Amino acid sequence: MAPTDPSPKFAEYAHPERLVSTDWLAEHLGDPDVVVVESDEDVLLYDTGHIPGAVKIDWHTELNHPVTRDYVDPEQFALLCGERGIARESTVVFYGDRNNWWATYALWVFRLFGHEDVRILDGGRAKWQAEGRELTTEQPKPNPVEYPIVERDDIAIRAFKEDVLSHLGGQLVDVRSPGEYSGELLHMPDYPQEGAVRGGHVPGASSVPWARAANEDGTFKSRAELSAIYEDEQGLSKDEPTIAYCRIGERSSHTWFVLSYLLGFEGVRNYDGSWTEWGNSVRVPIVQGADKGSVKGSS
Amino acid sequence: MTLPAPLEELVEDFEAVGTKDKLQLLLELSQELPALPARYADAADSMEQVHECQSPLFLAVEVDDDAERHVHLFFSAPPEAPTTRGFASIMHTGLDGEPAATVLGVPDDFYTALGLTQAVSPLRIRGMAAMLARIKRQVREQVGDGQGGEP
Repeated sequence: MAPTDPSPKFAEYAHPERLVSTDWLAEHLGDPDVVVVESDEDVLLYDTGHIPGAVKIDWHTELNHPVTRDYVDPEQFALLCGERGIARESTVVFYGDRNNWWATYALWVFRLFGHEDVRILDGGRAKWQAEGRELTTEQPKPNPVEYPIVERDDIAIRAFKEDVLSHLGGQLVDVRSPGEYSGELLHMPDYPQEGAVRGGHVPGASSVPWARAANEDGTFKSRAELSAIYEDEQGLSKDEPTIAYCRIGERSSHTWFVLSYLLGFEGVRNYDGSWTEWGNSVRVPIVQGADKGSVKGSS
Repeated sequence: MTLPAPLEELVEDFEAVGTKDKLQLLLELSQELPALPARYADAADSMEQVHECQSPLFLAVEVDDDAERHVHLFFSAPPEAPTTRGFASIMHTGLDGEPAATVLGVPDDFYTALGLTQAVSPLRIRGMAAMLARIKRQVREQVGDGQGGEP
């Protein structure tokens, strides 16, 4: 296992071992136990130039199950990792575009399979690039390794619709834009409509757009700043179970990462069905407008 | 399917190769997307945004006053959105300079023939359909043939 990045900023977080800085990564490129994975929204971005030695994992075509709305199965996951030279003991550092959305999403899927040492490059692709660090189009040729076939654990950090229904009245974080939360918009501003027939939010959900956790340069805000938002302003308790959701579970995996690893919340689950499931489900409760609303019978 | 020759040729290029090479082809196309002429580069707000694309894409359509009403296309998308640039480049390579009637005759689902859905994912490919729809709408408006507007 690669050493933890000793940056003072990370030492403040609940789990400093989950982040690495661009300096740390530059120093550890080529370490045999470190595999760098780029995961982007844009399927071609990696191919225009990537961190030397980094492999690509595409969320759409490689992490999603090709038929069922689900993630890949244990055999497919083992194959995916093995081909990229990722062993069960490897330190996997994820980075990507868009403030590491897809990087945290990929990391979350790796955690579903119980891969232990997964980390995020603070600031992602944009920071690496802004610092004028090397990008290459040279395709790495990892030595294939044997990755074990491990059952996915969908209990600890993943929530399904039924889980959300039985959690109503508990801590929920809606990480979408204010317009999506209130129900004025059925999709992200400037993004395609992905087919929800109802707008609004899950009753009782706090509205904390995911990007509030990031600085301008894509790095995570400090522990104190994050605590001010989630704990002081929103009144969320780290000892209570929490479910985060967005539209398809990508933006909320960013918030899941922040709550779990940076603030040390216990029992945070990401609801990947998110609004594209909830907003299409028959007879589930929905609240419209800027108020959280409450769950009938629970208050 | 009635496609203009350059678009037909692109479709054949895509059909001929496997998934990995399709992405390579799309990447090359993204690099060939022409830069905007100054009249648009300095006036991005005169262009139409294609909201259905995952990354910001702006397009402008000009139709000549000649007999065939030749169509000219202009696109703007940032370098960090190569897939969107690739889609725009397919439109540019396949349709720029074609008569209005030819552009309007391109089937709305022509992109399925590119076989990119699997390589790129259905969600991402949606932007391409939207681009064509918006191009056609602008062409109809400018040709003003009395059948303009939405069908």
